[in-house]
Amino acid sequence: MSDTATAHHDDGHLSLNNDNKKLLMWLFLGSDCMFFGTLISTHLIYRKIYPESFDPTSLFSLELTSFSTFILLMSSFLMALAVSAMHKGELKSFRRNVLGVIFFGLIFLGCQVYEFAHFVHEGLTLSTNTFGSTFYMMTGTHGVHVAIGVFWLICMYFYSHTGKMDAHESAVDVEIAGLYWHFVDIVWIVIFTAVYLIEFI
Amino acid sequence: MSQTETATPAPKTSHAHQLHVLKPERSRLGLMRPDHSKSVFIDWLTTVDHKKIGIMYGAIALFFLFIGGIEALIIRTQLIVPENNLISAERYNQLFTMHGTTMIFLAVMPLNSAFFNFLIPLQIGARDVAFPRINALSLWSFVAGALVINFGWLLEALQMMGLFAASGPTAGMTDLAPSGGWFGYAPLSSKEYSGVGTDFWIMGLQILGVASLTASMNFIVTILNMRAPGMKMMRMPVFTWMSLVVAFLIIFAFPAITIALGQLMFDRTFGTNFFNVAGGGQPILWQHLFWIFGHPEVYILVLPAMGIISEVLPTFSKKPLFGYSIVIFSGAVIGFLGFAVWSHHMFTTGLGKVATAAFSLLTMAIAVPTGVKIFNWVGTIWGGRIRFTAPMIFSLGFVWMFMMGGFSGIMHAAAPADAQQQDSYFVIAHFHYVIMGGIFLALVSGIYYWVPKVFGKMWTGSLSTWVAVLIVVGLNVTFFPMHFLGLLGMPRRTHTYLEGFGWSTYNLVCTIGSYILAIGILLLLVDLIRCLRSGEPAGDDPWDARTLEWATTSPPQVYNFAKTPIIPARDALWSHKHGPEGKKITYEDDHGHGIHMPSNSWMPLIASIGFVPLGLGMTLKQAGVPYMGSLAIFGLFVITLGLALWAIEGPGGFHLHPEEDEA
Ligand code: HEM
Ligand SMILES: [Cu+2]
Repeated sequence: MSDTATAHHDDGHLSLNNDNKKLLMWLFLGSDCMFFGTLISTHLIYRKIYPESFDPTSLFSLELTSFSTFILLMSSFLMALAVSAMHKGELKSFRRNVLGVIFFGLIFLGCQVYEFAHFVHEGLTLSTNTFGSTFYMMTGTHGVHVAIGVFWLICMYFYSHTGKMDAHESAVDVEIAGLYWHFVDIVWIVIFTAVYLIEFI
Repeated sequence: MSQTETATPAPKTSHAHQLHVLKPERSRLGLMRPDHSKSVFIDWLTTVDHKKIGIMYGAIALFFLFIGGIEALIIRTQLIVPENNLISAERYNQLFTMHGTTMIFLAVMPLNSAFFNFLIPLQIGARDVAFPRINALSLWSFVAGALVINFGWLLEALQMMGLFAASGPTAGMTDLAPSGGWFGYAPLSSKEYSGVGTDFWIMGLQILGVASLTASMNFIVTILNMRAPGMKMMRMPVFTWMSLVVAFLIIFAFPAITIALGQLMFDRTFGTNFFNVAGGGQPILWQHLFWIFGHPEVYILVLPAMGIISEVLPTFSKKPLFGYSIVIFSGAVIGFLGFAVWSHHMFTTGLGKVATAAFSLLTMAIAVPTGVKIFNWVGTIWGGRIRFTAPMIFSLGFVWMFMMGGFSGIMHAAAPADAQQQDSYFVIAHFHYVIMGGIFLALVSGIYYWVPKVFGKMWTGSLSTWVAVLIVVGLNVTFFPMHFLGLLGMPRRTHTYLEGFGWSTYNLVCTIGSYILAIGILLLLVDLIRCLRSGEPAGDDPWDARTLEWATTSPPQVYNFAKTPIIPARDALWSHKHGPEGKKITYEDDHGHGIHMPSNSWMPLIASIGFVPLGLGMTLKQAGVPYMGSLAIFGLFVITLGLALWAIEGPGGFHLHPEEDEA
């Protein structure tokens, strides 16, 4: 079910062996790297300019964030299993794993909501200082990415019940969702390192 | 999808243009797809055909060229004599802001898009772009962004009639149209110093960003994946190559401005501190983020123009492009280096000696690949059999005028010299030579070159010579004196000046020049209309051209190529016409399959329309208009609905069986 003019028998010629949609996702991710690159560097620049103005170690809970990071990593693992299940045409196993990803994604979002609520309660808001501005915008953007991914996977889960999924076309679609999910995961690893862990060194 | 095959009875006997036989089939949604045979209006609104989308981009771009031109003429008229008070300083700010923004984002970029859309699939032998519906989304969200960014003018009119005054977060601010310059420097663009106009500017640019990003990703996939067999990368027409580089520049450069605009919007709406000095924000960050986008942006504007030149010069010199691979390589190098020179716009901000020296050197370095291209073009016409047709005259004008802009560019690449030139009319002279003298002449050249293909009509008469003379004379009279004005210290963006600085005569000359230029552009439109109304049929290959798009009919059929061409060589058509036996274009046998065509769709239009209430809601909320938050949410809902229906609807498609009428 691809949105291409040529996704039909011999009408088109793919000069590279890449599916159009997959390449589109790679390009989006390339562009998305620049989005997160800008957000993360803004944060780090302001941290460097004002090293003393604010001490996030009093606020950050390394335990909680390590836990949610671990959860997101594991969800990537399940996502890989779901992709491979779809390639083999094992619909049941695909559903089980996707449910797992959705569940873990929701846990991650839950942790983030809790974290935000906690920080605001402790007095760090969007407008408190530059740290608040950059921190919330960066992690919030990442959270929106996770939420969109969860929504996407929920749609896929229900779609898998319509009987219209087949191992050929849909496997590519699932693979593309997987690419997205792994990317969002990797971005979090970068944020976790450059924003959280680094403060404790 | 396959059930649609039966939707077309496809009698092999009927004529190739048998569109009326096609019935819209049901989409997976159970709704009928738009019936393209019923009304022309519906057909154009729901089209996913890259050629129609290209034509619409072109028409809208010419409209905004006209608007931007009027803004420029008012600016120049205000400056015609010292201490003129035709318009207020505030209006002047709005005019130069909207002039720059309009020309860059609503005239030149969409004109480039018009060429991308119409030409790229034809040049690589594809049936359409990779994602035809996304292509329609790009077009319509561009229109939505253009509306939002210009909405302030309406409010200005209401304000003048006393019907509107800003309240709420921007209470008391009277600049309802954008007025912070096309680069919207913080803190001038912050809530303290600018009204809701800046919000229109932010939201409009964000929506335009959606259009540019989706279009670029679409075109990269198209160029990489949809080439006809034999169309190797190093056989592609140079215009397609330059478009590929531009698309990569867009997907890597636009995120910087998207985030910067997001930060500015957060500052204005939610009180964050990104550029808010009181809260520790550093306005200089805005300059960095803007120019990290802004410098690649000037190459985003110019590379397609260079591509056009590289098509026109060989055709009318009857020679292959001199150093094809070098032209492409230097284009790619320009693309890479374009990301490494942004701080030459910030030499006077006190970056430090090392950074200034480094950016100075890199800026000089980027002139090298640009110069290489100039040599290649000169090499192309050298010893060629030159025909001085309209496209050729404009292309030659490009090479000459663009070079002049390059020279002043190198001059302010030297940081000490730039300290004198920064923010003076010298910079205005520089970028108008590269943009008007360069890009615009190339686009006009492209219009003269490809309109016979697009509409199947040939130009009549010799008005084009007058257009060329008036435009080239006009732009030199307008912009050359600005070099002197700059060196005499006249700052840019001042709404008036006093007598006695020696600026008066130059300004008068500039203004006269701008009128000449305007007449030239008007005559261009006249010539265009005359060609469309009474041009003779152009024939498939009126210029004896070289590249694949000229192998189609004029205008091309909906399906572009009846059968997929197999490309024997670079300059495929030339090789087909004049090459040896084994180097002809051949066509694949489709075994009676017919051509698979994508169906029309309402969804891209619906999703894009949602951007208008979203954009207006977010902005008018800042001006204290009630219920605007709900309007924004409604817009978001429309976008989501459009996208959801889009996914459920499925791509659809039908089959065409053209006769074997094409060679
Ligand atoms: C030979 C290559 C070029 C060099 C070395 C060069 C160098 C520069 C420098 C140093 C500036 C900053 C001047 C200042 O603000 O003091 C500048 C401004 C500018 N250049 Fe170029 N440039 C080159 C080509 C181009 C091209 C091809 C374009 C457009 C297609 C372009 C468009 C602009 C624009 C729009 C500005 C002014 C931006 C603004 O302040 O509003 N330049 N150029
Ligand atoms: Cu620049």
